[in-house]
Amino acid sequence: MKSESITLVSRRGFLGGVFSAGALVLGAAALPLRSLAATTKDATWQPSVYLGLEPDGRVIIIAHRSEMGTGIRTALPMIVAEELEADWKRVKIEQAIGDKKYGSQDTDGSESIRDFYDPMREAGATARVMLEGAAASKWGVPVSECQAKNHEVIHTKSDRKLGFGELVALASKQPVPKKEQLKFKSPAEYRYVGKNVPITDLDDILAGHAVFGMDARVPGMVYASIEHPPVFGGKLKSFDDAESHKVRGVSKTLTIPPFTPPYGFQPLGGVAVIADNTWAAMQGRRKLKVDWDLGPNASLDSAAYKKTLQDTARKACKVARNDGDVDAAFKKAGKVHEAEYYVPHLAHASMEPPVAVAEFKNGKVELWTSTQNPQAVQDTVAKAVGIKPEDVTCHVTLLGGGFGRKSKPDYCAEAAVLSKQLGKPVKVVWSREDDIRFDFYHAVAAMYLKAAVDEKGRPTAWLQRSVFPPIASQDNVAEKYGSFELDMGWNDVPFDIPNFRAECGPADTHIRIGWMRSVANIPHAFAVQSFTDELAAAAGRDRVEYLLDVLGKPRKIDLRAPADRKGPDPYILDVARMRRVVEIAAEQSGWAKKKPGNGRALGIAVHRSFLTYVATVVEVEVDKGNIRIPSVHMALDTGKVIHPDRVRAQLEGASVFGASIALMGEITAANGRVSQSNFNNYPVARMNEAPVETHVHIVPSSAPPAGVGEPGVPPMSPAICNAIFAATGKRIRDLPIKKQLA
Amino acid sequence: MIQLTVNGSMREYDGDPAMPVLWYLRDLLELTGAKFGCGAGLCGACTVHVEGKAIRSCVTNMSDVAGKRITTIEGLSANGDHPLQKAWRAANVPQCGYCQAGQIMQAASLLTQKPKPTDHDIDEAMQGNICRCGTYQRIRQAVKMAAGVRA
Repeated sequence: MKSESITLVSRRGFLGGVFSAGALVLGAAALPLRSLAATTKDATWQPSVYLGLEPDGRVIIIAHRSEMGTGIRTALPMIVAEELEADWKRVKIEQAIGDKKYGSQDTDGSESIRDFYDPMREAGATARVMLEGAAASKWGVPVSECQAKNHEVIHTKSDRKLGFGELVALASKQPVPKKEQLKFKSPAEYRYVGKNVPITDLDDILAGHAVFGMDARVPGMVYASIEHPPVFGGKLKSFDDAESHKVRGVSKTLTIPPFTPPYGFQPLGGVAVIADNTWAAMQGRRKLKVDWDLGPNASLDSAAYKKTLQDTARKACKVARNDGDVDAAFKKAGKVHEAEYYVPHLAHASMEPPVAVAEFKNGKVELWTSTQNPQAVQDTVAKAVGIKPEDVTCHVTLLGGGFGRKSKPDYCAEAAVLSKQLGKPVKVVWSREDDIRFDFYHAVAAMYLKAAVDEKGRPTAWLQRSVFPPIASQDNVAEKYGSFELDMGWNDVPFDIPNFRAECGPADTHIRIGWMRSVANIPHAFAVQSFTDELAAAAGRDRVEYLLDVLGKPRKIDLRAPADRKGPDPYILDVARMRRVVEIAAEQSGWAKKKPGNGRALGIAVHRSFLTYVATVVEVEVDKGNIRIPSVHMALDTGKVIHPDRVRAQLEGASVFGASIALMGEITAANGRVSQSNFNNYPVARMNEAPVETHVHIVPSSAPPAGVGEPGVPPMSPAICNAIFAATGKRIRDLPIKKQLA
Repeated sequence: MIQLTVNGSMREYDGDPAMPVLWYLRDLLELTGAKFGCGAGLCGACTVHVEGKAIRSCVTNMSDVAGKRITTIEGLSANGDHPLQKAWRAANVPQCGYCQAGQIMQAASLLTQKPKPTDHDIDEAMQGNICRCGTYQRIRQAVKMAAGVRA
């Protein structure tokens, strides 16, 4: 269970100068209630939320999670301001440096709101109670007659008023209320939560003044471009930099040692060219002549690798979930269906490539970087340069996209290693080619599914196998089996089928593997929701009606391990909520009325990930091998919503991100080298290729808030492929769709 | 010596004439509104205006802009109040925001040439500008809003 404590904290060593000496500072501590295994952190009681009130009336709220486009730098402070009764115009938002006292700052897993909603409310409400108490003591009236409202406290009987700023000194001497003493506003009283506030950085972004990692600059800084080993695990043999030094502006070349297994977040190693501007560094790097020991992965070939994974998926694998007796049911089955699905490696390709500025000075490192994970920056940099994590200061800029890539700070360690060698601040800028060739790739997956069906085409037995290189290879490259990935749309399939077995097969890892927006939910939703559509088609049944039938009656499914089932699970899988999003998506898209014709049809998929239920109906038009997506309808149930417009924005974005995966995303390797390098050969959806309109339907809910950044992605590729089948009769089982329609 | 005008100010440059305008703006002038995204004219994040027309500054050399007038996002309007910036604000277009300066500069160039663009015109003009966050439908909405055409 989540629990919090709020204490007055000393300002000593606190955030270096954000608050003035007279500021009242509150700290809240949080323990994440529940986190997916992908992002499980040490469940320690660390301070995680901070709020300061200045004597001049300004309220300063610390954003401790990274802003990569979700609006989190706006949404979390809104919650604090709401319960504090602060005037949003007088709120200043400051970005936290990396520090364990905030609890987890690793901004991934769609966790920020769900883990910090309660601590933020409590931080705001605590400060409000103390301000009301301060006013009561000043006026000598009962606190019950004092009420905070819009940045001041009002004595309701006399209509006297005191501004928050005037009360700061007194409030700081008030006893800190216990959690049980806190009163929260009722939703009817909300001024910000559930309403749309412009994002914090909107004006700066539109004027070109917002500071991303790419824009960070410190005095005396030099620029570095790094030639990495072309094959994962390769090592430098020798290099000739004579031509590099002829480039105007190039001052030096330096080497970065290769990683020591396991690869984790360490730099890949290589040769860095240092120059007085980015372009000179890149030019100098092009002129390097490098001889590499290519290492053990030089024979990686994606076609052969795919075949190995598919062969594995055709045989019995490790059982991950087993209900009933699938084998017995298959033996006596009348009709059996089988199908294989495949999703390739994918690259994140955020618009801003990895970039970091680091300065090593007097045995300490200071960094300015776009990172999802500033504490991992501290740990990784500390190890790379041989200092303590607390001697690494990580300033977090805005991120030009993240999608999971920027949780891994290899590029930050590169900058620190180079700065230590040079004695100057260094900015490491990855090119787009570096970004796509040396990513922590979303894992390829080969999947095999088999079902026995009754006379109505309803499954009586279901077998599914997933084979993919695991993310755990980061910590042990010999690890062959997925772990938490199986909780992502595989073991948690909520179908009402008496005999159900999920399996996981082994896969070797030859390139870096990492998590990308919605992770293993991408292949798993694709396979499960495509196969369901295939069974519905084979039975000649309406897809929506069939999907609801397979989901079964409204019921709750406790996915926790039996040992963990203490007390109610606020996020229990609720089939009723899943059915409802299917019904809403169908209704809003006009499912019942729009019949396929002229290469135009609808497709549906539903998936629950990051505790949020999303049903998606995609409309496609297929004409001579070209596909257009005129509309997408997404219905989601994500519990309480803080910022509806940003929820819509995330789902609109997920529609485009998911369309990129389905239509065109593919990373392959030949001779150990990744074959793609830039947006010409690793395309992502452009305006003319993306879904034209995405309509987002938010189910009103008072359930605890769930994840938003990722859950819109998984249903997209099956919904698109199901629509293509309905439009053309062509079933796509291998992504990307690319030229398969020609 | 290359002479040029950047956001109304006269500038002189005596470095390598093959340096792309993007790095001159970012590293030498410290105008970081135009972004580095691909280095190959494939994504549009670096879009600025030369003589009022959108170009990809990552593949335009300094020698190509001698005597020319360059406008970046920082110089598009005095107070961030260009009709496109206002429309972008009204539609809450940005997510991460990294590509948005390029998007706005591209759209501004479009509206100069076609003050009342159709959906097709917008698709044609904007398809060179990638937004990985996927804000395209709001970009289209904002362009129409700024142009005063029906959304």
